[in-house]
Amino acid sequence: MSGLIDQALAERTLARALANGGRFAEVFAERRRGQTLAIDEGRIESVQSGAEEGAGVRVVDGNTTYFAHVDGLDPADVERAADEAAAALRAERAEPRPLRARETTPLPIERRPEEVPAERKAELLRELDERARAKGAEIAQLNASYGEARREVAVANSDGLFSGDDRTRVRIGVQSVARRDGTVETGAETLGAHRGFELLEDDPGQIAEQAAGKALTLLDAVPAPSGSMPVVVGGGFGGVLFHEMTGHGLEADHIQKGASVYVGKLGERVAEPLLNAYDDGRLPGEWGSDAIDDEGHPTQKTQVIEAGRLTSFLYDHLTAERDGVASTGNGRRESFRDLPIPRMTNTYIAPGDATPEAMIAEVDQGFYAVSFGGGQVDPATGDFVFGVSEGYLIENGRVTSPCRGATLIGNCLDALAAIDAVGDDFFMKTGICGKGGQKVPVGTGQGHVRVRAMTVGGTER
Amino acid sequence: MTELSAVARRAVEAATGAGASDAEAYVSREGGREVRVHGGEVESLTAATQTGVGIRAWSGHRVGYAYGTDLSEAGVAAIAGRAAEAAAVADEDEFAAPPAPAEVEALAGLSDPSIAEWETPRVVDLALAVERTALESDPRLVGVEVAVYADSDEQVAIASSTGVAGEYESSSCYAYLSALAEGEGARETGLGFGLARGPHGLDPEAIGAEAAERALTMIGAGKPASRSCPVVLDETVAASFAGLIGAGLGAKAVQRGRSPFAGRLEEALASEAFALHDDGRDPLGPASAPFDAEGVPRRRSALIEGGRLRAYLYDTYTANREGVASTGSAARQGYRSLPSVAPSNLIVATGDRSLEGLLAAAGDGVYVTDVAGLHSGVNPVTGVFSVGASGRIVRDGALAEPVREFTIAGELVAMLGAVSAAGAEARWVPFGGSVSTPPLLIAEMAISGS
Repeated sequence: MSGLIDQALAERTLARALANGGRFAEVFAERRRGQTLAIDEGRIESVQSGAEEGAGVRVVDGNTTYFAHVDGLDPADVERAADEAAAALRAERAEPRPLRARETTPLPIERRPEEVPAERKAELLRELDERARAKGAEIAQLNASYGEARREVAVANSDGLFSGDDRTRVRIGVQSVARRDGTVETGAETLGAHRGFELLEDDPGQIAEQAAGKALTLLDAVPAPSGSMPVVVGGGFGGVLFHEMTGHGLEADHIQKGASVYVGKLGERVAEPLLNAYDDGRLPGEWGSDAIDDEGHPTQKTQVIEAGRLTSFLYDHLTAERDGVASTGNGRRESFRDLPIPRMTNTYIAPGDATPEAMIAEVDQGFYAVSFGGGQVDPATGDFVFGVSEGYLIENGRVTSPCRGATLIGNCLDALAAIDAVGDDFFMKTGICGKGGQKVPVGTGQGHVRVRAMTVGGTER
Repeated sequence: MTELSAVARRAVEAATGAGASDAEAYVSREGGREVRVHGGEVESLTAATQTGVGIRAWSGHRVGYAYGTDLSEAGVAAIAGRAAEAAAVADEDEFAAPPAPAEVEALAGLSDPSIAEWETPRVVDLALAVERTALESDPRLVGVEVAVYADSDEQVAIASSTGVAGEYESSSCYAYLSALAEGEGARETGLGFGLARGPHGLDPEAIGAEAAERALTMIGAGKPASRSCPVVLDETVAASFAGLIGAGLGAKAVQRGRSPFAGRLEEALASEAFALHDDGRDPLGPASAPFDAEGVPRRRSALIEGGRLRAYLYDTYTANREGVASTGSAARQGYRSLPSVAPSNLIVATGDRSLEGLLAAAGDGVYVTDVAGLHSGVNPVTGVFSVGASGRIVRDGALAEPVREFTIAGELVAMLGAVSAAGAEARWVPFGGSVSTPPLLIAEMAISGS
């Protein structure tokens, strides 16, 4: 399994983990390497690389999980983690099942980024810098970053599972600042995938132009309106709307603790029949895809909303066991230093049949949120908030002035039920999702989506 | 010299041996545990150790960085080699240079022996007591999402080819609880927390009671009407804003034109009621240390005082750019990150009003007890913000019904000018970094609700 940990060591580790009892044990080994660099003020800087390896061992007994992690993958390190995890248990030794190695096929990487000279990556950043600045003299500041990360993982558990994965991700990001007299505005764009350097072979410079274009557009912005109104949300990263207002509430740990507004809603109508939504960890090349989750379960495509009805929650191993269902392959962790918890992979609203133009034309007075800086939800109350990074007024069916400083706010169940149009212009974007102190890469996607009414919180008096 | 300092020393030699003209190594070893409880049972118990080194290598005025967990001789040499290679990729920057060594005054009391003395069953009991206090407080308190206790003890050593050498040990612990209350057909959440250097400094009953009170208070919350009105920020919310302001006062953002405070030194931009210091040596400050992330002594800096912007925060690089001295404000997120300028402990000055006094002065307005969406709702370059909020209506100078699902919006610098009073009692809050702040009364803010 990626040469991280051999079968004999995995079996020894699991046996030691169950030395004082427990009904389930797991060892997760990982080697992570990465490189990042940035350009700022036209200068390449912050060139850095990292290499870490280690293992995390957990033992589950009753409703309690005992977890220990260590740096290093020497057999002594890995076995020490098992001993530490088992230290607090006081029961009879349990026997793990013999391991059956299961081959998985990692997502294909055409051009290994670590084999691309760092100078080539620096050149790419210089190109982003030039392309953004070429958009206009009002671009006052530009910084861009390149990041690559490879995670080789192996996981073995006392049910006999032994599997592994080899994941490589590449992402670039551009932030631009435009200035005109006393007005300052910003624009950002990213491009990322679970792919190699081939991701950047087309025309990555486009995203620099897009980031610069956003900042320049906002120079003419008016303060955002305040109040409840129809909102049209853009495609791609607009999908963070669904990620926050529904995705998190469907993670089974929130459900089982009664800390989600979707408790008891399985099988019920939660949206208009035009809405279909998925979590899909198998989308080829997508940012949130992996061959297996971090518990060794194959990733899968899970329909969470079918024609407006709630059809599934998102499970990891332990929450699935508790509900007597199969894991949906959503057990993810940031690294070997973290316990797996139910997480989204690529979450999206499936394409509908409306065109963006038509759904905007039907709005008399409203708001057009093209993209967000991010969002946040309290799954227990359903209250959510999104910061709009690019937004416009809609007046008499037409997109008019750009707006600055808008936030969308609302409650999950109301807003989900208020989606009354889904666009046919589907695409995916990348995000970094934080939960319980752990950050994981997630994909979000949709075509344009219209919400009948939502609160826009702006600064307009 | 301890083992960690020896590793740091060896790493510096390996980097200069690999061709670096100067080098610096930062080594940390952290041991910690975390207990999560739910429903009177332990949900998870984590024991963790983490050790790593980060090496900064200069090749003339080019700088590169590499980090790793392999502290064997060969491992450190490999990391040093990668740092030197990284430097070759960076562009020349005349201000990139390691700091010169300086006299560092020791700082006592950073490490609390009670962490080692409290065996795991005792801290489990502490976490269970936090949860129990909340659950037993009121029948409408229907559950908890999670109750957590965590502690860590970290040793840090730093060394450089210019003669910087230092080490320290510090400990910290915290406990928090997210409680669920139910009433009037809806669920509400409330957070309670406490932080200290060791478990004996935590009050589990107070943490549980705070979470319960915050959740129970929100039952029946509606939306406030959209308007501009006086707003009182509680300590947790004031701390989040103080953190944003502190970040904007870092010289890197200022020098690169990415801060609303750029070019405004000595400007009378704040009200006299608002004063802000950064103090990396405050004995109670969670972020206190004798020296910063590149070995420069920590100190106290007045940032906003008498209504004027007095100073920015500098690390060695940003100080070199302006020909000033570092304020000892280099920070890192552990050995994995390059040092960069950031606040240490931000201290918002207290005033003379009780919370009741602030509410009375507000008259009719909103008391904000929670904000959401700071990472996307605040533009750190322009200072324009619009964030989700919840809290209570203030009517006739006293707390009235709860409100949620509204936004507060404005601009950070303008908000400083509108602070009309500060509370008399400050609290350490782990939001927005490490901040000590009282509640603040803002004369006017835009509220967007129904």
